[in-house]
Amino acid sequence: MTQEELLPLILAKDQRAFTYVYDMYSKSLFAVISNLVSDREEAEDVLQETFVKIWKNIDSYNESKGRFYTWIVNIARNSSIDKLRSKGFNNRQKNLSSDNFVHLLDDSNKLIHKIDTIGIKEFVKKLKPKCIQIIDLLFFKGYTQQEASEELQIPLGTVKTQNRNCINDLRNFLQV
Amino acid sequence: MENTTYIESGTLELYVYGLLSEEENLEVSRMAKLHPEINAEILSIEKSIINLSTSFSPFLSSENFRKIKEKLELKHAKVVEMHPSNRSRYWGWAAAVLLLIAAGYQFNELQQSRSQIATTDSEKNKLQEALVASEIKGKQTQDALAVIRDKNTTVVPLGGQAVSPDSYAKVFYNKSTEVVYVDVKGLPEPPEGKVYQVWALKLNPLTPTSIGLLDSFKSDSQRIFAVSKASGAEGFGITLEPAGGSKSPTMEQLYALGKV
Repeated sequence: MTQEELLPLILAKDQRAFTYVYDMYSKSLFAVISNLVSDREEAEDVLQETFVKIWKNIDSYNESKGRFYTWIVNIARNSSIDKLRSKGFNNRQKNLSSDNFVHLLDDSNKLIHKIDTIGIKEFVKKLKPKCIQIIDLLFFKGYTQQEASEELQIPLGTVKTQNRNCINDLRNFLQV
Repeated sequence: MENTTYIESGTLELYVYGLLSEEENLEVSRMAKLHPEINAEILSIEKSIINLSTSFSPFLSSENFRKIKEKLELKHAKVVEMHPSNRSRYWGWAAAVLLLIAAGYQFNELQQSRSQIATTDSEKNKLQEALVASEIKGKQTQDALAVIRDKNTTVVPLGGQAVSPDSYAKVFYNKSTEVVYVDVKGLPEPPEGKVYQVWALKLNPLTPTSIGLLDSFKSDSQRIFAVSKASGAEGFGITLEPAGGSKSPTMEQLYALGKV
């Protein structure tokens, strides 16, 4: 199923569409959230809030704003940052965990992970460290190009293209 | 701007990540509508990043799904919670007793039953997906049938051309609503890396306009596809193009053609 087939159902608030949206995207969003909010229970709270917000604000989404997935990833990131702020973290850069998304593998979930893994983690080990950092900052943490260039100490003008090269490596591996 | 340069610039990745300004977003959506290859690129980027992040998700219990539904007061889609069987509960107790002797043993048991729940969860999700997909399929078939039956719909037979004389296809074209469906049961399966592209034609002078790529050709056994609307079309053609489609039809690979 693609976004194009799903959208009419979503906009009609068809309840099956909700199930479908959850099945398709919950894990992806949960990874993004868990990478920002390290406490597991809080991360689950944020995931729930995120889906409640998605469904309650669905009328404000339209295709000219971008991909549906992009819209919901933004909601997930913003909800995570709200959560961090509510706990007294004001400067997100200072207080975000210095870990990148690869650390999500380190917890006790390792065993359970095996089920849905398609060798991608093996691939990530081969991915250039720079790529892990750049995808982590831009996609998982939602840094601007400016912020990422400062953090990684690379010229602002190369952030976009370096990220593109990393995504190309990923796509070659996944063959998409 | 030259499309390849546009694609190579890395802007589309930032578009999928959600890092562009509102203005830049509008520009990308506009380009994606105009150029199928840009749209295809966006879909691939999205797919890769969803795949990547999904495989890094920590274990997610179905309890979350239930709680969200509760908060939204959604009904009719009750999730059946998986309870461990009596047997595994017995094992749970046994493990608890054993804990006194060997804490390590119990940990192992717990991991195993967790992994079972996860497997069942993931199977259940797959079934749910299949159900929703088939309901959507049914709806699409009904829509297609309604269009085909409409009295304003013209049936345009497309005959096979030099490259494949036995091929044929049909276009259902509703001149008032401009909706177009194609029935391509009579076309051979496209080879790997190729895709059929449907063109609406104006005849004087001959101007083809792309109205869609049949990239789900293999997955849809009915072979009836909705494509984009066509205004004032005088003919239709179907060509075989490299994946992602082409800007203009490759005439040597014209499979079917017909006049309204």
